[in-house]
Amino acid sequence: MAFTPGQPVTAVVQRIEIQKLRQGDNLILGFSIGGGIDQDPGQNPFSEDKTDKGIYVTRISAGGPADEAGLRMGDKIMQVNGWDMTMVTHDQARKRLTKKNEDVVRLLVTRKSLEDAVRQSMTRP
Amino acid sequence: MDNESQYSGYSYKSSHSRSSRKHRDRRDRHRSKSRDSSSRGDKSVTIQTPGEPLLDAESTRGDDRDDNWGETTTVVTGTSEHSISNEDLTRVTKDLEESTPLECKRFLGPALGGCLSFFALVTPLAFLILPQVLWRDVLEPCGTPCEGLYVSLAFKLLVLLISSWALFLRPPRATLPRFFVFRCLLMVLVFLFVASYWLFYGVRVLEPKERDYRGIVEYAASLVDALLFIQYLALVLLEVRHLQPAFCLKVVRSTDGASKFYNVGHLSIQRAAVWVLDRYYSDFPVYNPALLNLPKSILSKKMTGFKVYSLDENTTNNSTGQSRAMIAAAARRRDNSHNEFYYEECEMDRRVRKRKARLVVAVEEAFTHIKRLHEEEVASSPKHPREVMDPREAAQAIFASMARAMQKYLRTTRQQAFHSMESILTHLQFCITHNMTPKAFLERYLTPGPTMQYQQQNGRGRQWTLVSEEPVTSSLRQGLVFSLRRLDFSLVVTVTPLPFLRLGEEFIDPKSHKFVMRLQSETSV
Repeated sequence: MAFTPGQPVTAVVQRIEIQKLRQGDNLILGFSIGGGIDQDPGQNPFSEDKTDKGIYVTRISAGGPADEAGLRMGDKIMQVNGWDMTMVTHDQARKRLTKKNEDVVRLLVTRKSLEDAVRQSMTRP
Repeated sequence: MDNESQYSGYSYKSSHSRSSRKHRDRRDRHRSKSRDSSSRGDKSVTIQTPGEPLLDAESTRGDDRDDNWGETTTVVTGTSEHSISNEDLTRVTKDLEESTPLECKRFLGPALGGCLSFFALVTPLAFLILPQVLWRDVLEPCGTPCEGLYVSLAFKLLVLLISSWALFLRPPRATLPRFFVFRCLLMVLVFLFVASYWLFYGVRVLEPKERDYRGIVEYAASLVDALLFIQYLALVLLEVRHLQPAFCLKVVRSTDGASKFYNVGHLSIQRAAVWVLDRYYSDFPVYNPALLNLPKSILSKKMTGFKVYSLDENTTNNSTGQSRAMIAAAARRRDNSHNEFYYEECEMDRRVRKRKARLVVAVEEAFTHIKRLHEEEVASSPKHPREVMDPREAAQAIFASMARAMQKYLRTTRQQAFHSMESILTHLQFCITHNMTPKAFLERYLTPGPTMQYQQQNGRGRQWTLVSEEPVTSSLRQGLVFSLRRLDFSLVVTVTPLPFLRLGEEFIDPKSHKFVMRLQSETSV
């Protein structure tokens, strides 16, 4: 998932659709995010490239909507409902995910295992 | 209290002239104020039995007391031909108080204690000397052990003497209303000891003319030991027991609410009262009766709002409607008094600050006019002969330029009763002598100091009255309240015990202080 600045990013992504769960007054998704262009990328335990300032999934609450939809810890979120997540601040990312008038979020996430799987299937004759 | 009937001992209260009461009050206020600020270094506390109405003829409650007092009081007058007006009586009592000779009662206790201790100290020597004097030839000679006993006896007596001097030979600082229980107990104990020793001595030694001198010496040594132990007991009871704090006393002055908290140990009420008064003279700002009341303009407006009533039998609708409107208007008008108070206070602050600024500038300028003359300068400048002054003259020289500003400032802060021109000059002279800056000179006038600062030394005591519902020799307890009354104000003391502290322990391994950088902020969605 290395990127060169100025060049379009290419990644193998998985589409994940999460239904928001209503808990009292809030709609929750059941996972936590970390990262953003205003955060320190060196602290990210999940990224391969320590200069990557993207949004990563840091924790998934067990049994929550995200867990059931197939989101895994360490995933990098590329898009939310069509909105780009590779160059956003942490707060913007949070806002995109927690819009009150949306019941469903459709994420494009990428992870290392996806790319490995694709590469494997490509090199196999 | 206004409508109680009062009889015999206080019958002079009946024969006052109603019209001159206002003037009397004002005059008494001045008189008692001056009495407060003059003289007396010592204090004496006398008790007043609770329940009696406190009759201070010089109470300075001021002019807002109901002046129609006399009309509603029923009194039984004594059968005296001439009536003394209250003014005469207060004048007489004032003269009496100021001219009473030193109370001999004050020195009775220490004198008694001194006699007793002298007697006790001389007794062992008497025990030793009497056989030698009376039947020397019959006595058995006593060698080395006796000499050892002599030496130890001498040293013990010396120690007793020195420690008695150090601990007990101090001028008493207060006379208490009831007996000081511990001191009495100890004196009785000493008396009993010495008396019983003399008894045995008389029966066993003097009668049969005992010949064993060593036994007599040992007997005297045992008396000295016993005296040393009694002195240890005295030390513990009188000096040490009350040192560990056990109670918290809250002392509030009744007139202006100045309050302080003190920690004391186990004391009786009267001793605690003396303790509090010691602290009062150096901790509390001086009582200034002129600073107490709300300005008259505000109070009077508040009072006149409500005098609306009609005595008509048949009230028509019109008049009730009118009176209701008037009452409503009065109620609305009442709301403004706090407003006026606020503005009045702001105005007062501004005035005080302005005067203070003028005073500070005047004093600073005045201080620049003089400077200290050093020895070398006298010789080095023969062509400028300056007039050399001593501190008093220097003070007088610069006083004139600041006198006016000082007087105006003191008037604005109502302190003019405490500082006479003479005292200001003396203080100025003092400051000049000690190289103080103008700010140090002004420190005395800018903040009201403790009462001690305004005392003049005098042999007379200060009269305080301890008012309490419990007997004053009982020791302090939770919830006890007693008050110390003076002529125009009182100190109310409340006792609360100090809380019991449960101290726990937590051990922190110095190696356990470890830190990590915080991970990126994580938000759960």
